Amino acid sequence: MKKIHNTLLTTALASAMAFSATSHAGLSDDKVKIGVLADMGGVYADVCGQGCVEAVKMAVEDFGGTVLGMPIEIVSADDQNKPDVGSVKVREWVEKDQVDVVTGMVSSAVTGAVTKVLTANEKIALIATSASHAFTTKACSPFNAHWTYDVVSLANGTVKPMVQSGKKKWFFITADYAFGHALEKVATGVIKENGGEVVGVVRAPLGTSDFSSYVLQAQSSGADVVALANAGSDMVNSLKTAAEFGLTEMVDVAGLLVFTPSALALDPEVAAGMKLTTGFYWNMDKQTRDWTTRFQKRNGGKIPAMGQAGAYSATMHYLKAVKAVGTDESKAVMAQMKAMPVEDFFSRNGYLRVDGRMVHDMLQVRIKSASERDSEQDVFAVEKVIPGDDAFLPLEKGGCAFALEEQKKTLAANK
Amino acid sequence: MVLHRDFLGAVMAEFLGINLFGLFGQLLVGLINGSFYALLALGLAIIFGLLKIINFSQGALYMLGAFGAWMALEYLQLNYWYALFVVPIIVGLLGILMERFLIRPIANEDHLYSLLLTFGIALILQGLFTDWYGSSGLPYSIPAELKGGTRLPFMYLPNYRAWIIIFSLSVCAITWFMIEKTKLGAYLRAGTENPKLMQAFGINVPLIVTLTYGFGAALAGLAGVLAAPVYSVSPEMGSNILIVVFAIVVIGGMGSIGGAILTGLAMGIVEGLTKYFYPEASNTVIFLVMVLVLLIKPAGLFGKEA
Repeated sequence: MKKIHNTLLTTALASAMAFSATSHAGLSDDKVKIGVLADMGGVYADVCGQGCVEAVKMAVEDFGGTVLGMPIEIVSADDQNKPDVGSVKVREWVEKDQVDVVTGMVSSAVTGAVTKVLTANEKIALIATSASHAFTTKACSPFNAHWTYDVVSLANGTVKPMVQSGKKKWFFITADYAFGHALEKVATGVIKENGGEVVGVVRAPLGTSDFSSYVLQAQSSGADVVALANAGSDMVNSLKTAAEFGLTEMVDVAGLLVFTPSALALDPEVAAGMKLTTGFYWNMDKQTRDWTTRFQKRNGGKIPAMGQAGAYSATMHYLKAVKAVGTDESKAVMAQMKAMPVEDFFSRNGYLRVDGRMVHDMLQVRIKSASERDSEQDVFAVEKVIPGDDAFLPLEKGGCAFALEEQKKTLAANK
Repeated sequence: MVLHRDFLGAVMAEFLGINLFGLFGQLLVGLINGSFYALLALGLAIIFGLLKIINFSQGALYMLGAFGAWMALEYLQLNYWYALFVVPIIVGLLGILMERFLIRPIANEDHLYSLLLTFGIALILQGLFTDWYGSSGLPYSIPAELKGGTRLPFMYLPNYRAWIIIFSLSVCAITWFMIEKTKLGAYLRAGTENPKLMQAFGINVPLIVTLTYGFGAALAGLAGVLAAPVYSVSPEMGSNILIVVFAIVVIGGMGSIGGAILTGLAMGIVEGLTKYFYPEASNTVIFLVMVLVLLIKPAGLFGKEA
């Protein structure tokens, strides 16, 4: 009896193995299904939202609509900036609806929850808009690809040159939640490394409408630079107030995360001259302009935010990798994605590092004054291109365990 | 100048252990915000106090006011000063339509129905504007006449903020006077207190109710125009401020016109001081006050016991 049982077990195991071996070749369910998860109607709707869905659709159309002779499908959902809503949706996608890869992803809190679900199901996350650098450091995963930018690249791009030019004393107006804290912490690190100091910090609750108290505190702090570690309407409100109270004339104000739509929401008189860092600017060269023209046609004339361009680039790179390896099995696709360079209208000199960080050139830009602008949407002047390796946190400093292990193996093999 | 101020500030700080000049600045800023809160709370208090409608769309109407100012400039080339008159009238008319066709049919139901209805209207308006204009907001600059500011011994006071205090407090004072001290106000109060009796005297009570709602809505629109140059003009701006204003009305005593104005000012100052001493609590401090007031005096500071 026991023998029969053992035989049965071995047969079952063998067939299971055979099944999993065949499933590696070709597509898992005769199609590739891409999920786009974003805030569709809330504060961050402009920086990803429906624009991200359009960008992904555009990538699929440009790719030809099919891969390996099978159709590519797109589904999308609103995460309402809530981690629970996002992770429930993504779980449903991967466990029930055969979604192979998820992109979009705005709020870092949502992304943190969603990437856990994706990793547990061995599905790839193409993170297009989140800011936290945790997804390729402490909370890294072999299934994460973090595309557009992160807090480290923002701090290196904006803070470092200012400290080095002699602006040593900094004051922070920080959004009082995970993203703001992370941005403030990373920027503080950069300031101290370069011989500067932080003379004061105020943490303003998210959605504060009046920043005048904080601006007064910044004014009396004796700082050379007031850094805005916030985003969206918090950034717009705080900068408007800073200009109104004459702060922008006394000291430099640095917006650490300024999405292009937020820059457009600012009166040029208030914002002109402010330097900031971005992962993409639509009016950089012919390639970016051509893509933007096509994108605008389908996005109600709105210009793309960096995350939307990033979502296109990431989707395209993913599809190319699926085609190259002849399967949508996540590990094989990810290995291929990391092997191929990322070079398109969005990413210059880009490559997907072993820890999942997409390292590419970042742009240091300045907000143009009204007279400098050729069109209403011509808001930035590109001042400097920061090479990816200078902008992003080096792999060794990130502390991503699996990536360091892999790097060690590669080094040993090379010896 | 800066040096001089810093020196004086330092002396003061040494003297009292805190930076007195900084504190004065915060008090003044609190007063500015307070006068703004007062204007918003006034509209809400009128609608609740006289009509017993808990108007959750007040924040959305405020947002409409700010967008209205932007639209007037963008599409009609009407500057701020025109917008200050035209936009509140339009928002008021919208309020009248809302009252006549949506709120009146359920006027005799429980208060909860009008609360849910106005909340739904607010969500719809917010969603529509997010869809049409995006979530990032629109630029609107301070009118040229009010640019610049005055350097006071303890802070730089932008002219526009001074204008906010003067203008909104004047509007509050006039409104209070009209409702509490004039014959028109007496009709209004009587008409809502005892509609049947007033109708017997030949007063058109439904018309009074509609006009009052329109006036409350127009006040929100006015606050929106006033806010457009200094705050981000975005679809979310109304929902961010609405709950705070509600708390102010509750603290002042539901329906007390004068109470709403005074509490608005006081809460602006309380919030300003919190932003100075412990900024993290600045968005909760008003609710803390609300809880305390409700525990000690459930009808609110200026409310009459039911």
